[in-house]
Amino acid sequence: MKPRPFDYVRPDTVEEAIALLAEYGDDARILAGGQSLVPMLNLRLIETRVLIDISRVAELDVIGDRGNLIEVGAAVTQNKLMAWPQLKQKLPLVAAALPFVGHFQTRNKGTVCGSVAHADPSSELPLVLAVLGGEVVLRSQQRGTRVLAAEAFQQDMLTTARAADELITAVRFPVIEGKGVAFNEVARRHGDFAIVAIAAVADARGAAQLGVGGLSGRPVVRAIDGDAAAAVAAWAEELEGYEDLHASAALRRDLVKNLAPDVIAEAIEKCAA
Amino acid sequence: MRRVSKDQKTRIALTLNGRKLAAEAEPRMLLSDFLRHGLGLTGTHVGCEHGVCGCCTVLIDGVAQRSCLTLAVQAEGREVRTVESLAGADGKLNALQQAFRNNHALQCGFCTPGILMSFTDFLARNPHPSEAEIREVLSGHLCRCTGYAGIVAAIKEASSPKQVGIMYLTSTQSDRREPFSA
Amino acid sequence: MAGAQKTLRKEDPALLSGRGRYADDLPVPVGTLHAHVIRSPHAHADIVSIDASAALAHDGVWAVLTGDDVRNMSEPFLAAVKTPVTQWSLAVERVRYVGEPVALVVAESRYIAEDAAELVAIAYAPLEAILDPVAACEKSAPLIHPQAETNEVSVRKFCYGDTEAAFAKADRRIAMTTEFPRLSFTPIECYVVVATHNAAENSYDVLANFQGPFSMHPVMARALRVAGPKLRLRIPPDSGGSFGIKLSVFPYVVLMGLAAKITGRPVKWVEDRIEHLVSASSGPNRVTTAEAAVTKDGRILGLRLDQLEDYGAFLRAPMPGPLYRMHGAVTGAYDVANVEVVNRVVLTNKMPSSLIRGFGGPQLYLALERLMQRIAVELKLDPLDVICRNLVPAAKFPYKTAAGALYDSGDYLRAVEIATGGGRLEELKRKRAAARAAGKKYGIGFAVIVEPAMSNMGYLSTVMNAQAREKAGPKNGAVSMARVNIDPLGAVSVTADVTVQGQSHETVLAEIVSRELGLKPDDVEVVLEIDTAKDQWSIAAGTYSSRFASGTAVAAHLAAVQMRDKLKGIAARQLNVLPEDVELAQGKIRSRSNPDNALPFGRVAATSHWSPVMLPESMAPALSETGVWSPQELEPPSHDDRINTSFTYGFVFDMCGVEIDPKTYQVRVDRYVSMHDAGRILNATIAEGQIRGAFAQGVAAALYEEFTYNEEGAFLSGTFADYLVPTVSEIPPVEILHHSSPSPFTPLGAKGLAEGNCMSTPVCIANAIADALGVADVPLPATPRRIHAMLAESGKP
Ligand code: FES
Ligand code: FES
Repeated sequence: MKPRPFDYVRPDTVEEAIALLAEYGDDARILAGGQSLVPMLNLRLIETRVLIDISRVAELDVIGDRGNLIEVGAAVTQNKLMAWPQLKQKLPLVAAALPFVGHFQTRNKGTVCGSVAHADPSSELPLVLAVLGGEVVLRSQQRGTRVLAAEAFQQDMLTTARAADELITAVRFPVIEGKGVAFNEVARRHGDFAIVAIAAVADARGAAQLGVGGLSGRPVVRAIDGDAAAAVAAWAEELEGYEDLHASAALRRDLVKNLAPDVIAEAIEKCAA
Repeated sequence: MRRVSKDQKTRIALTLNGRKLAAEAEPRMLLSDFLRHGLGLTGTHVGCEHGVCGCCTVLIDGVAQRSCLTLAVQAEGREVRTVESLAGADGKLNALQQAFRNNHALQCGFCTPGILMSFTDFLARNPHPSEAEIREVLSGHLCRCTGYAGIVAAIKEASSPKQVGIMYLTSTQSDRREPFSA
Repeated sequence: MAGAQKTLRKEDPALLSGRGRYADDLPVPVGTLHAHVIRSPHAHADIVSIDASAALAHDGVWAVLTGDDVRNMSEPFLAAVKTPVTQWSLAVERVRYVGEPVALVVAESRYIAEDAAELVAIAYAPLEAILDPVAACEKSAPLIHPQAETNEVSVRKFCYGDTEAAFAKADRRIAMTTEFPRLSFTPIECYVVVATHNAAENSYDVLANFQGPFSMHPVMARALRVAGPKLRLRIPPDSGGSFGIKLSVFPYVVLMGLAAKITGRPVKWVEDRIEHLVSASSGPNRVTTAEAAVTKDGRILGLRLDQLEDYGAFLRAPMPGPLYRMHGAVTGAYDVANVEVVNRVVLTNKMPSSLIRGFGGPQLYLALERLMQRIAVELKLDPLDVICRNLVPAAKFPYKTAAGALYDSGDYLRAVEIATGGGRLEELKRKRAAARAAGKKYGIGFAVIVEPAMSNMGYLSTVMNAQAREKAGPKNGAVSMARVNIDPLGAVSVTADVTVQGQSHETVLAEIVSRELGLKPDDVEVVLEIDTAKDQWSIAAGTYSSRFASGTAVAAHLAAVQMRDKLKGIAARQLNVLPEDVELAQGKIRSRSNPDNALPFGRVAATSHWSPVMLPESMAPALSETGVWSPQELEPPSHDDRINTSFTYGFVFDMCGVEIDPKTYQVRVDRYVSMHDAGRILNATIAEGQIRGAFAQGVAAALYEEFTYNEEGAFLSGTFADYLVPTVSEIPPVEILHHSSPSPFTPLGAKGLAEGNCMSTPVCIANAIADALGVADVPLPATPRRIHAMLAESGKP
C-alpha cells in the first residue's frame, strides 16, 4: 500500500529541526531511518501532515565518547554503531543485543534512537538502555535540552515522555566497568520482534540487574541477588505478560523463567573472565 | 533545508547506476515506485511494501536498504545502484550473478535482485564471510521457491578465497558503508 | 547424480540482470488507470449502503465500481458444484469474509485510488459469523448462503470393497482425528492484471499473471458476457512464483475488464501484499476422522475416512478439488482393498480456498500417516514395520487402488530400505536414545506418500453421483500440447501450453527438443508466454498438478520426434539415402552409415522454406510440428465411482528426527531424509531445486505458517510480520535420495516431483513430534505457543 500525502522537510541542522517541531508539533513526525515509521505510513496505520527527515543532519550522525557514557546521535544507524571500533569494549551489552535487531538490511538504515523512540515493548535497544540505566536527550525550542532516564522516557507500549515539539537528539549508554553482561531473546523467526528479550548485567559476587522485554508495555528491570531461578520465577509471576498471535502470557512468563537464570549465569561468568 | 509540499511534484536528481538523471515525484512517492515506474528500471521488485520480504533492496551510497521503506526524495543527490548495474554492458554476468546461475540459486527469480544487492554491499565489506554470516544476511530476504540451499551455495562460491580480487562494488565518492563487524 | 555438473538454466541471465519481464514490468498504454480494491472489514455483514460521491469528487478519480455494477454488467462465476450460490467479482448485497472485495476505485494513480478509497462510505449491518467447520455443519449455525439452506453444500459417500466385513473381523479398530490448518504459499510476486476493453468490438484484452488451468478461461469469458475469442488473455513471460495461488487472480481479470469497459481506459491493478494475505487464496482446512481396522500385527484390513473440508465463503471452480484430486489415491501407498470415504464440503466466513501446491495431499496424508503412527503406538509395534507391512508390493504394479487409481510403477519397499539403510535410521535411533538419556525430548517421524501428477480433467466429476455425471456428459483425460518451429536459417523455437512460474520449463524443454534434433540446448529458443488468441491451448493448459513432466514434456518430445522424422525425410532425398539411414547429430543431418555424407542442419531447414517442391511427395512443407499428448489411462469415473484421478504416481518416503527445546518450546529438525521415486528424472538440478522448494514449504506448514482468524472472523495474519514465511534460518538441511521406477505409460518415463514434500513433510514432522512428546494430538503448525500449551496440559512446561 501507499502512504497518504504529507509535506516533506529536510532540515540541515538541529536548530532547523526543532523550529519545525515548534511549528507543527503533533502534526509532524520525525523520519530518521524509517524502518518502523515507513511501514506504518505505507499501511496507512498512521497519518502525518509533515515528515521531518533528520537523516542528513550531520551533527546528529555522531557517536560521542564522554568517558563514563557513550552518546549516540539520532541519525546514527544501528550498523554504524555495530561497526564502532570500541563498541565491544565500552558497551558490550549493546554489542550483544544489536545482532538481534532486525536484519543487516534494516540495520543499515534503522537508527539507534529511532528504535528507542518507537518504544516497542519487546524491542532490544530500549531494553538495553533500561537495564544499563541510560538516558534520552531531548531538545525543543521551548524547553531547551531535557535529559530523561530511560525509565522515565518509555512509559508504555509505543508511548514515551517525548513532548510533541521535542526532538530526540541522542541516547546515552553508561559505560559500566568490572561487570559482565549477557543478552538473549526468543523470536519466531530470525530477526523478528522478540517474544521475550532478556538482558543482564552482573558483578563478580553474582548480584545482577535483570531486564525483560515483552512481558509488559515496556521493558522492566529488577535487581536479582542470590538464587536467580527462584527470584526470576517469583518475579515472572508478578508480570502480567500479554497475549498476541505468537505467544500467550503464560508462554512469555515461562520463557523468562526458563531463560533468565541462564542469562544471569552467563553475565556472571563473563564478569569472572 | 529542503521543503516539498504534499501535492507538489518536485524534481529529484540522483545518480542511478553511474548515470546522473532526474525525474519528478511527489514527496510520498516510494523509491521502489520511483525506480520502477518513474525511471523505468523494473529489475527492483516489490513483494510486500512493508519492509519484510527484501526483494526491493537497492544500494544507496553503497548501503543495501529496502527501497519500499525509502522515499524517492530521500535518495536525492545520492548514488543509487540497482540490479541492472551488475552485469557488464555486454551482458556478461558478474561473479556473484554467475555463482547464482552455477548453483541453481533462483527459480522464479523474483526475490533474486534484492538478494544480489544485499550481498553486493555485504561482500564488499566482508569478502570472505563464514556460512553463518551469509545466512545471517540472507535471513533479511524471503524466497518462496528455492528453500535457500542454492542461494547459500552460490554466495559461498562467490565469496570463496579463490574469488580474491573480484570487486563487487566499484567504490563511489559518496560511499557511506561502515566496515563490517560481526 | 552426485557430482554431476549443475545445469545452467536458460532463464537465469535475464532474471539475474533485472531483465525479467514480469507482469508489472511490461509497458502499459498511455492513459492507463490504476485500481484499488476496497475490502470488507467484516466477516459477515449486509451491505446497507455505499456512498462513493466524495471519492468520485476527488481529483483524478474516474470511477467507483460496486456490486450493483458487477451484477448489471456481468454473469456470476460458474462453479464445479451446482448450488444455488452466486458469486461475483465484487460482493453483492452481503459480505462473507474479511477481505472480500466490495468496491473498486479507479484513478489516475494507485496513490490517488488509495486516497479516494478512504472517502467511500460503506455502511454494514454485521451478521453472526461462523468460522469453525464442524460448528458450521450444525443446524443452528448461521447460513453463509441462506438460499443454499445449509453450509454443508456437498456430501458424498464412497464405498469400495467390503469395509463393514473388514471392520467386523479386525483385531482392533484405531481411530484419530486430525486438523489441517489454513495456509498459502504466498508467491513473492502478487497478482497483476492489466485490462483493456475495445468498445467497437466489445472485446477484452487482458494481461494477467494467471497460471491456469485454462478451463477457467470460459468461466471468465462467460462472466464478461463474451464468446471465448473476445477475451484475449495474455500471460507474461515471467511470473514471480505461483504454487497454485495465481489461479485465483481470475475474479480480478473480470473485475478489471469491467472497470476498463466503464472508464473506456486500460485499467491496471497490482495486488498489494496485505490484500494478498487477507483474500487472495488459501489452502482449505480439513478435519479428518480416520479409522483403521487392523490385525494385531498391524495389517490394515479396512479404512474409513470422514473428510470435512472448509472452503471458506465460496466454492470457486475448480473446488472442491483438494477433496477429489487425491480420491483415487486415498489409500496412499498402502494395499488396502476395503475403504469407505465420506467427503463433506462446508462453507464458512473465511477467504475462499483454491489451488495450492500439494492440493489435497497434505490434508489426506496428515490423517493417514498420523493414523499409521497411532496404529504402531497402540499395538506397540515399530512404526516403520507397520508402514512396510502395508505398502503396495512391487509385484502388483501397475496397481489398481480400491478407489480406482492406476499406480503406474514403483518399488516402495525397496525405496524405504534404501533410505533407512546406509546407517541413516540407526543414527537417528542412536541420537534419540542419547537425547532421551540426557532428559531431552527427541522423536523420530516417518511418512510415505504417493505423489500424483497430471490430473484427470474428469476427477472433479466424482463429486456428482453416477446419474448426474451421465446427464452432464463424460469428463476425462488431459491434453498437453507443444510446438516446435524451425526458421529458414535453421533456428529452432519451441512454444508449449505451460505458464512460467520458476519451474525451469525453458531449460528442460530445450534439452528435450535439442536431443531429438541433434542440437545443443543453447540452439533452441523456448518462448512460454501464452496468448489465448494465438497460441494452442486446451482446458488442461497451465502449470499445476505437476503436469509438466508427464504431460507437456511428453508433448514437446513428440513434437521434436515428428520434426526429426520430417527432417530425416527431407534430408534423405538430398543425401541420396533412405530415411532410416539418416541421423541428426552435432548440428548436422547425415547418413548413419557414412557420416561424411552430411548436410548442415540449417541447410535442410532452408529447403523446406525456400524450395517446398524439393520435399518428398505428400509431405506438408511447413517446419512447424505440434505434439499432442492425451494419455488413454485417464478414463472417466466408472459407474461405481472408481476414478483414476491422475496419470502418473510417484512415491516419497520421508524420515526425520526432531528435538524439542525444553526451554523455548521450539521444534528443531535435527535431521531430515527424503527419498523420491519420480520415475526418470528429466533434469537432476531442476529436480533437486523443486524438491528443496517443496520441502521448505512443508517445513513452513509444519512449524510456521497459518492463516489465523479470531472467533469473530477477524484476520490476524495480515502482514509478512504476522504470517511467518520461513527465512533461511528456519529451513533445516535435507538429504535427498532417489530411486527410479520409470513410468511405463509415458515415453519419457518421468513423473511429477514438485509437490511431494508439501504432502509428506508436515506429517513427517508431526509424527516425530508425537514420538518426542508421547502425545496423540499434534496440532499444526507446531508453534512454541502450541508446544507450550501441550506441555502445560501434561503438567510439565
Ligand atoms: S517490498 Fe520492500 S521489503 Fe518487501
Ligand atoms: S526464486 Fe522465486 S521467490 Fe526466490
